[in-house]
Amino acid sequence: MAEVMLPEKLEISNDTSSLASPELLHVLAVDDSIVDRKFIERLLRVSSCKVTVVDSATRALQYLGLDGENNTVGFEDLKINLIMTDYSMPGMTGYELLKKIKESSAFREIPVVIMSSENILPRIDRCLEEGAEDFLLKPVKLADVKRLRDSLMKAEEKAFNNIIMHKRELEVNDVYSQLKRAKI
Amino acid sequence: MNTVIAQLQRRFQDYIVSLYQQGFLDNQFSELRKLQDASSPDFVSEVVSLFFDDCAKLINNMSRSLERPENVDFKQVDSGVHQLKGSSSSVGAMRVKNVCISFKECCDVQNREGCLRCLQQVDYESKMLKTKLQDLFNVSFKALQNPTCSAARATNTPSWRYNSSGGYKLD
Repeated sequence: MAEVMLPEKLEISNDTSSLASPELLHVLAVDDSIVDRKFIERLLRVSSCKVTVVDSATRALQYLGLDGENNTVGFEDLKINLIMTDYSMPGMTGYELLKKIKESSAFREIPVVIMSSENILPRIDRCLEEGAEDFLLKPVKLADVKRLRDSLMKAEEKAFNNIIMHKRELEVNDVYSQLKRAKI
Repeated sequence: MNTVIAQLQRRFQDYIVSLYQQGFLDNQFSELRKLQDASSPDFVSEVVSLFFDDCAKLINNMSRSLERPENVDFKQVDSGVHQLKGSSSSVGAMRVKNVCISFKECCDVQNREGCLRCLQQVDYESKMLKTKLQDLFNVSFKALQNPTCSAARATNTPSWRYNSSGGYKLD
């Protein structure tokens, strides 16, 4: 009887704790107001996030390597889980930043949240249409950040579980086809 | 000793409540306090300091823009008001924020006189708030320093901590 080769043990562990742990979502926050920068940074730290804060959309693009000065070489290791940006900023607005991010192949998957002190419906619609994950009214509350974090963690866990299930399916199919070949 | 502390706690709490009642502060200020803890013990006073510095700078700039009646840069003033409204809103400086609302209206119709009045008011309110908050943050308890007192710490100036059940305790 032909030997059936068992597939190699899956490297992926069943331990989802590295995702589910309240660890280190890395957030890039963009705001031209020094008061708001201090505030959002603390808000995010208290919510167990790693935070990078910049004072303009231009600097945000520089940080991401999207400013045209560098290509994305060297930025592959940059792991950002969320971008939170103020809407009204001098120079480039948060909306324009959102568009640039969604146009980039490297970063378009990253959720972008827009923050604004003004509750203007057409503005909100425009941002959501352009792919914003959420639109928060300032001043942002701790509860808003917690809600964001929770939904991001859920989305990551779901994606992770999908990967596991898919790999298991492949594994099962692999065994099945081997058994067939061995005519068991 | 503990009754002295309890009394001071009550006075402190009453003072904060009065600031809310008089409209100096709104709920956002308590959101700020939620973010303060042992790892960031001076967070509130730090943010508030940044706010007052920012305030002074913006007021200065707007004052210059409004200076010459024949040449007012209302766009610049409007931008300043917007920033001031944003930051006052972020720290819970309610009176300052409310003046900004009228200020913006004056800007929109290019009313220089109105703008100057609002500018003066904003300056007054921010200075008033600064005085009130400085009283709060500068409480020093050197007299209470006593190693046998359970509330005493190694630091020289113990400060008040807001705890999540709504009370204040000496740290």
